Amino acid sequence: MSEMILTCKQLAKGYGGKLALNYVDLSLPRGEIIGLLGPNGSGKTTLIKLAAGILTPTSGEILVAGEKPGVHTKALVSYLPERSYLNDWMSAGQIVDMFHDFYSDFDAVKACEMLDRLGISRRDKLKTMSKGTKEKVQLILVMSRSAQLYLLDEPIGGVDPAARDYILDTIISNYAENSTVVISTHLIADVERVLDRALFISGGKIVINSAVDDIREKEGKSVDALFREVFKC
Amino acid sequence: MTWQFSEDRAIYTQIAEQVKLRIIAGIYPVGTRLPSVRELAAEASVNPNTMQRALADLEREGLLYSERTSGRYVTEDCEKIRQIRHGLAQSVAKEFFFRMEQLGYTRPQALKLAEETEEQGNE
Repeated sequence: MSEMILTCKQLAKGYGGKLALNYVDLSLPRGEIIGLLGPNGSGKTTLIKLAAGILTPTSGEILVAGEKPGVHTKALVSYLPERSYLNDWMSAGQIVDMFHDFYSDFDAVKACEMLDRLGISRRDKLKTMSKGTKEKVQLILVMSRSAQLYLLDEPIGGVDPAARDYILDTIISNYAENSTVVISTHLIADVERVLDRALFISGGKIVINSAVDDIREKEGKSVDALFREVFKC
Repeated sequence: MTWQFSEDRAIYTQIAEQVKLRIIAGIYPVGTRLPSVRELAAEASVNPNTMQRALADLEREGLLYSERTSGRYVTEDCEKIRQIRHGLAQSVAKEFFFRMEQLGYTRPQALKLAEETEEQGNE
């Protein structure tokens, strides 16, 4: 088993001549919750999509558990995209069945328990749900897998503070032991206390890679305050 | 008692302080088993590794001890808990005098005011 769950070597991705990721070198250990923090357009989603195997690098290399993203790594990676990819006409129950068919590490009982606790019926269709409820359903699906790497792209984006708390609590109480969770967001104050490590990304480069408590001890300020300083407009 | 964290200090040190207070207050009584790291982390909405680090610190201080299979327990050493309580009380007292001094009070004046305030509160 490779020691690092994610490794990038001189990783670059360009869209039509513009570099979204600018020759990134990065190694992420197992067993941590990591915040991928940066302003809009800094390369957060591009990095996550490369790790999820949805994009291919322009140059350089990205490895998940020591392997190039592909069929095998997709079995190890549980990915929550920024935008919903689920069909609106499906019901919660149908989606649970679909995940059960797709992923051998999916725990349908756990997913159903979490849906029950939120009062979501198996028969409820996605299109009848509010935005917040839809986000919660998708997170429940993603966190009900026993993956080695969870890639969560803006999981608390468009939801209210109470729903944010629910989502973060669901993440910390459900991720598989020794697995790593990457959470991309710009809502740093909300995620700060669940993070082990903060990665600041700017213009396609990782500019800070540090343990959250180290930042607080060395800088005497929160990650949120440091972020505001580093990315001051 | 709810978990509250300030912005400017490491979270694990703040967790350790608050667990300490809970032991002193008897919320986690002498010799009893603590909830698991995951349970405590979920309750405080913090990362399980951070909670683990804070509990390991308290273990080094001798306030907690681990049984390999059954979990983490509060020490049975009441004297130890008394000592730590005393240490915390001393720092609260020092802080009080320091702040009163900033307001221009001498020690006797500060003590007198504390007593008067307490009496008024009891009326």
